[in-house]
Amino acid sequence: MSQNNVMLVLQANEEARPMVEAIQKDNQDAIVENQPAMIKITSPGKLVIKAETMEEIIGREWDPQELQLVLISLAGNVDEDYDHFTIYWDN
Amino acid sequence: MTLDIKSIDIQPKRETFGHVARRIGEGKAATRYEEATYDLQATHNFHYRPTYNPKYELYDTDKTAIKMEDWYKFLDPRQYYYSNYVMTRAKQQEVAEQNFTFIEKRDLLSVMPQDVKNEILNHVLPLRHYEWGANMNNLQLVSESYGAAFASASMFHAEDRLGNAQYITRIGLMISENETDVLDNSKEAWLNDASWQPLRKALEDSFVLEDWFELHMVQNIIMDGFIQPLFFNVYEQELNARGGSAQGMMSEFITTWYEESSKWTDKTIEVASSESEENAQLLSSWAIKYIEIMEEATLALAKNIVENPTSTVATIKENLINRLNKNGLKV
Repeated sequence: MSQNNVMLVLQANEEARPMVEAIQKDNQDAIVENQPAMIKITSPGKLVIKAETMEEIIGREWDPQELQLVLISLAGNVDEDYDHFTIYWDN
Repeated sequence: MTLDIKSIDIQPKRETFGHVARRIGEGKAATRYEEATYDLQATHNFHYRPTYNPKYELYDTDKTAIKMEDWYKFLDPRQYYYSNYVMTRAKQQEVAEQNFTFIEKRDLLSVMPQDVKNEILNHVLPLRHYEWGANMNNLQLVSESYGAAFASASMFHAEDRLGNAQYITRIGLMISENETDVLDNSKEAWLNDASWQPLRKALEDSFVLEDWFELHMVQNIIMDGFIQPLFFNVYEQELNARGGSAQGMMSEFITTWYEESSKWTDKTIEVASSESEENAQLLSSWAIKYIEIMEEATLALAKNIVENPTSTVATIKENLINRLNKNGLKV
């Protein structure tokens, strides 16, 4: 794993699926890797989940804190607000 | 020495059912909603025509004048299938129970002025019958509509209406301290009070509509588009100023349900009208016809409960028209 890739690992379940879809929509360079029981997502430098995109996909309001319920691990600095969840490397 | 634990990744042969894969693309994981909805309804090899309506097959696309290439475009934006629908409603029911308990515990109804109480009993309680009619209409949609995408959403909608009727009943019983007379009186008002008759006529006329999409338009979009905002939005805000804020707490489910289900009804209009110019014209002509009927019916009821009935109903109508036009109609 190179230093400039951020990483997000989610449980492979019904809740995480729309999140992966939203990540793929908003992050062109994200690579999604389906592993047994988990989904590993890497992206160069930065990765964003927008609440707006999520709400479009699931048809209800979505709180970025819901990500924590399916989160296994992450690599990167976290910037979280009511409308997005972002991980990035500063360098 | 380092130990490296190796994991073997076994690729599943197929991600979902063949008929779902053909719709969403091979090798893609389907959501539960997609698996529980797509192509569920039978389309071929019906045994014989139903004896009660031999004009049509059991499931027949000709039961409405709306034409669709693919009836599964009517996907529910809320993505409800049985289990997540039931879980969502159970959560909301818990909140509602807490509200009722809170009102009883704090004795909030004792500070509600008597004239507000009477007003709710006389002018809101008869909506039980309206909601029950809406339940019947939505069950009619379940039986007549084409495609599981629309039918399952209507089924949930029908159940919600029964829930609304029960909440309204419960509000009446809370206020009257379990005097069941108030229910008889509200039925009396629904059947004989002059101000309820235009709405009752509109509702009973809708029972005999043949075209199911027209019925959906009348009940779930036009009638609700007038009744819900008047009784559970404008009126409740006025009650807050008059010491009747407990009413807003007791009817909270109905308010949130209306906001949520509007997402679905909006989507149905958008999908049908963007399919073809003919659909859009047909829907617009229905909308114009029923908005006129409902405007009068709503005005008769608004006079009982709000300060400025004429301007209130005009605003509600304007909002509804904007909503329809945003979804592709020309009203």
